[in-house]
Amino acid sequence: MDLNTLWFILITVLYVGFFVLEGFDFGVGILLPILGKDDKTRRMIINTIGPHWDGNEVWLLTAGGASFAAFPHWYATMFSGFYLPLFLLLVALIIRGVAFEFRSKDENPLWRKTWDWAIFVGSLLPPLLLGVAFANIVKGVPIDANMTYTGGFFNLLNPYALIAGLTSVVIFTVYGGLFLSLKTTGKLHDSAISLIKKAGPVSAAFIIALVIATYLSTDITAQLGINPGMIPVGAALAILAAGAFFNQQRQGWAFTMTAVAISLSVISLFEILFPRVMVSSTSADFSLTIYNASSSPYTLRVMTIVALTLVPFVLIYQGWSYWVFRQRITEKSVLEY
Amino acid sequence: MDALTLARLQFAVTTVYHFFFVPLTLGLSILVAIMETLYVQSGQDVYKQMTKFWGKLFIINFAMGVVTGIVQEFQFGMNWSEYSRYVGDIFGAPLAIEALLAFFLESTFLGVWIFGWDKLSKKVHATAIWLVAISSNLSALWILIANSFMQQPVGYEIINGRAQMNDFFALILNPNIWTQFPHVVSSGLSTAAFFILGISAFHLLRAASNHDMHRRSFQIAAIIGTLAVIGVIMTGHSQAQHMVETQPMKMAAAEALWDTESPAAMSLFTVGNEKERRDVFAIRIPRLLSLLAYNQLNGTVKGINELQEEFTAQYGPGNYVPPVAVSYWSFRLMVGAGMLMLLAAIYALFLTMGEEVGSKSPRLLKFFPYLIALPYLANTTGWLLTELGRAPWVVYGLMKMEDAVSINVGIGALWTTLIGFTLLYGVLMVADLYLLVKYARKNSSKPLSQKSGEAAISLAGD
Repeated sequence: MDLNTLWFILITVLYVGFFVLEGFDFGVGILLPILGKDDKTRRMIINTIGPHWDGNEVWLLTAGGASFAAFPHWYATMFSGFYLPLFLLLVALIIRGVAFEFRSKDENPLWRKTWDWAIFVGSLLPPLLLGVAFANIVKGVPIDANMTYTGGFFNLLNPYALIAGLTSVVIFTVYGGLFLSLKTTGKLHDSAISLIKKAGPVSAAFIIALVIATYLSTDITAQLGINPGMIPVGAALAILAAGAFFNQQRQGWAFTMTAVAISLSVISLFEILFPRVMVSSTSADFSLTIYNASSSPYTLRVMTIVALTLVPFVLIYQGWSYWVFRQRITEKSVLEY
Repeated sequence: MDALTLARLQFAVTTVYHFFFVPLTLGLSILVAIMETLYVQSGQDVYKQMTKFWGKLFIINFAMGVVTGIVQEFQFGMNWSEYSRYVGDIFGAPLAIEALLAFFLESTFLGVWIFGWDKLSKKVHATAIWLVAISSNLSALWILIANSFMQQPVGYEIINGRAQMNDFFALILNPNIWTQFPHVVSSGLSTAAFFILGISAFHLLRAASNHDMHRRSFQIAAIIGTLAVIGVIMTGHSQAQHMVETQPMKMAAAEALWDTESPAAMSLFTVGNEKERRDVFAIRIPRLLSLLAYNQLNGTVKGINELQEEFTAQYGPGNYVPPVAVSYWSFRLMVGAGMLMLLAAIYALFLTMGEEVGSKSPRLLKFFPYLIALPYLANTTGWLLTELGRAPWVVYGLMKMEDAVSINVGIGALWTTLIGFTLLYGVLMVADLYLLVKYARKNSSKPLSQKSGEAAISLAGD
């Protein structure tokens, strides 16, 4: 395996880490106004992800930094091409991050209400925008011979991209609900469970729609064949397992299986893409690949050493931080946020 | 306005704003870590109160630094895609390493620290804030490694019209970093020290406050502040000398030195005509610039006119002169603020020598809250000089700004994001300042001992 392929895999891993971790805290943020009927409950909801959301978000920033370092043309084409969606993503992440720290530092109800909305919008927009962005990357967007995106903002809002965006919102909402059911007790726990009961079937419908749309809008059959292989099939099985576990009131396993399903879906997406990193709809020759978009072999070698040394430590101490805060949040917990 | 101007304006707005929060994070993380270590070692409750009081302000400021930092990482690709293509091979690496090495550590352990007071042993908890402090400063190191490449490109070769890394160690051992990184770290510490001096002075002048805690805070900040400001000045001096060597045009602009002089005089006050490149009115001290540049009374410092000719000969026709007035006044404001900070820090140190801070001269203590503005002024003007003084280059000698900007981002999109960020940042600044002032004024707890109470009364009546 060459280093270009290894870096394609590493960036896949970073996005998997991001969606698996930040996925549930986006979901928790989306559920804030839905399940948080009073201020105390809202604080409990936010505190379930309090120690973790920032560390989770770094996976996205690292994925961005890693694509800059390993595939600078990918970074340049995607970030200048998906200009306005990325601007909205930045606004969402900014108001969300500030809102977590600011909302409980003042008693004024209007102050708190404002930041709660910021958390909601800031949690809803990123999965929507990232779903739209990734759908477009796989489906293909106008890119010319100089690797420059030649479309506009509305090119990005095609039906396939919108289905992908909405599906990711719905899945992360359920995923966040499962996380809440594991991290809370009493009324909040029960309301999370009853919400998943309603949202679960909706998400199943969206997933089916997304799968069909993927076959219609991307070159998945050319890339993976009619039988897409173990990973996409595994993702589907994991979703079914998650539903089955949930019906048996085993939320821990339902959560784990959802995480597995999300990971395998992200990997499937990158499988369809490989060895391209951005598909050009103008001409297949203009697609960005792990070869024509990459850094020099020297840089890839340096970055490989750095990444393979550091990522294990990140996993260990982030894992440890989840262990430290493993207890459920109750009405008696000390609430920092 | 054209796309280049809009992109530059946006970079200026977002970067100056981001760096409004960063220095305090860098310095205050270290100071809070020191406070908590004092608590762990002494077991005295006052140090716990101190850690919590300053820790709260640290967190409010930290949040703003983090979220505005995300914009920094994204906007190279968004507004400067041609730059990203040209130097991505080199410039992307330190950014990715920063995320992997520092950003993960910082955000994970800050979460652990904020939420872990009753879940971890005292020592592990104090270790968490030390890890935050170390990783914040490590983060600054990797960002400055990236910036240093723009100031002084090293460890690269040009292949197929792109800069490619050929020596990673040359990149991370860039001589520019050895003056820039210590300068930034010590200005972070100075910022935090003046932040504490100002707020503690406010409390020491208020009868109802916790005087014991604020006296000790003032003392720690006075010691660290004095050392840090001396550090800023010394590293700033070596940075200026390095600049004369590597970016003479920046120095000439910072001095409004139109023509080469040997020995060179330093301007104290110049009103110049930038278009015609001449002084309208100037007060200059003979030989001082040579002394600053070379530590001796002789030596040639090149002027703008000669450098412009040299650059034209080397790189072809074009304007190689950075905006002189902004560079000149940024430099003076930065140095002036630094000198005032030195005086104030030494005075603060002198106050802590006595028995009670402020009992000798509470009138002057009243000024410390206002002095918090000084490090902010110096930090901002320092970066204005560093970045604007490099104009027209985005990477010195390699790539001009006009070639770096995204080619497919339209004026409308640029206006949208510029206005969007400016409005958002404006609103957030108001909210942030509101919270900072609210928590800075908060009385963390009542005076612990009778003695503190008496001191308060004597201070108030003085």
